[in-house]
Amino acid sequence: MFDFTSYDYSAILLSLKVAVTATLISLPFGFATAYIMTFKRFRARITLDIIVNLPLTLPPVVIGYLLLILLGRQGPLGRLLAGMGIQIIFTWKAAVIATSVVGFPLMVRSMRTGMETIDRRLIDASRTLGAGVLDTIISIIAPLSLKGIIAGSLLMFARSLGEFGATIIVAGNIPGVTQTIPLAIYEYTSSPRGDAMALMLCVISIVISVGVLIFHEWLAGRMERGD
Amino acid sequence: MDLIVDIKKSYGPFSLDMAFSIHGNRVGIFGPSGSGKSSLVGLISGLAGPEKGSIILDREPLFDKGLGLNVPPERRRIGMVFQRPHLFPHLNVRENLLYGFKRCSPGGRRITLKGVAEVLKLDLLLERGIKNLSGGEQQRVAIGRAVLSNPRLLIMDEPLSGLDDRLKFQVIPFIKGVCETFGIPYLFISHSLLEMRVMADQVLVVADGRVVEQTTTEGLARGLMGEGDTGYINLIRVRGARRLEGVTAFKWGGQELLISSMNDQAEGLFELSSREIILFKRHPEAISARNLLRCAVAEVFETGARIGVVLDCGGERLIAEVVKAAAKELSIERGGEIYAAIKASAFRRLA
Repeated sequence: MFDFTSYDYSAILLSLKVAVTATLISLPFGFATAYIMTFKRFRARITLDIIVNLPLTLPPVVIGYLLLILLGRQGPLGRLLAGMGIQIIFTWKAAVIATSVVGFPLMVRSMRTGMETIDRRLIDASRTLGAGVLDTIISIIAPLSLKGIIAGSLLMFARSLGEFGATIIVAGNIPGVTQTIPLAIYEYTSSPRGDAMALMLCVISIVISVGVLIFHEWLAGRMERGD
Repeated sequence: MDLIVDIKKSYGPFSLDMAFSIHGNRVGIFGPSGSGKSSLVGLISGLAGPEKGSIILDREPLFDKGLGLNVPPERRRIGMVFQRPHLFPHLNVRENLLYGFKRCSPGGRRITLKGVAEVLKLDLLLERGIKNLSGGEQQRVAIGRAVLSNPRLLIMDEPLSGLDDRLKFQVIPFIKGVCETFGIPYLFISHSLLEMRVMADQVLVVADGRVVEQTTTEGLARGLMGEGDTGYINLIRVRGARRLEGVTAFKWGGQELLISSMNDQAEGLFELSSREIILFKRHPEAISARNLLRCAVAEVFETGARIGVVLDCGGERLIAEVVKAAAKELSIERGGEIYAAIKASAFRRLA
């Protein structure tokens, strides 16, 4: 049914790989950020809030361009990494970084929503029962915000699958190397007689997205019953 | 328990400035809402930090601004029971009970699950989810959870105010039982004089962020008799119920009390306000009140514009109150004989 080339298959696999990696890498940072923003009171809170949420309102192309400046050969971070023999730009790692930055606020928002519903007295109870801060995070906060953690992860995963603007700037559109599904579709639509292939990749995108949503609903339902 | 506190902290326009030293195992902190009771226990337990001062529990400093010392709550070994149970919703009864126990050093695990479950009658509930428990059961689990963390001090912050009167007096014996059985000293916080009377021996009275008085519960109750509208509440424990027509006769000391009680329980705890007791110099021929007790005046004390009369009724104590003029007319004095009349309907059942 699908007349895919090896490049198309690698685009599908790369999309999944980038989305999974970006989500897994962001998880601990997202959790820590959500925790700090929910439970800590400090002066720079609003600044942190703005920084975390900025990628949500900025055009992805702007994010991509800023990352390119930061990670490019002449960029401050890029030069440092090049000295260590690590190249980021125009590799799949760049795609991971780009999607991580773009999807991060979505993940943090969902986690925060989960954490904000936790009764503070439960945390007080846990502390007076002998649990330190880290112990309380692991034994009380994480399990009680699990719904938010899962929702945030799936939201970020889904968002990562569709990332285009930032990725194309920092990772380029190299078939077999950095080309994800959206980039492949873009290429097919700009070439003559590519419509059918573009449409087929669209179908794949829809299938994966619907799969993620069904999985989320199933998991949410299961947790609801478990309550 | 020896607790020495001298702390200051401001919360916007409200400031807490308390200095006291208490020695005892059943200590109450009494005061109206907003007087700083909960803020104080937050500071003692380490959930909040004072701005100045020191807190010393059993000769161990827990907080000392001067020394830069602030022991975190998890290392203070102070158990807390809050107004509501605040059980961990993702854990069942057993896991909730063992949460603090598991975090207690093996050498300090003096109190065990078996003992606590037995005293608090939780044996049959251990595998239940906490959402399948009644309000009273949940509060019992919360008490058990705090006790099982093997604390050196238990702080109960209005633990009964979320329960109705009937449930309150069902939970009280459990709290007293568990603290007595395992010898845990406690601080009991409440704005209810009645709860103080049942739970504490000494009381710290707080108002507006300050300690205004340090007294005994009896002293507090007598002092408040002259101020409030309810008088002094006599707590009367009776037994041996015998149904009569329209009333129940209970054994109380060496005599019987007739009480309008619709309950079939053989024993009971009743409250009786000092204002419901009418005193007679001589035996009245006939009165409608169903109880006429011949008593000796054990003590007379003055509070506000009123006179409190402590009566010895066949070995049991009762406090009645009269205005000064009445005291004069009745020529009440220590050692004298007097008759006390109480209507059967004046008693209110607590348990």
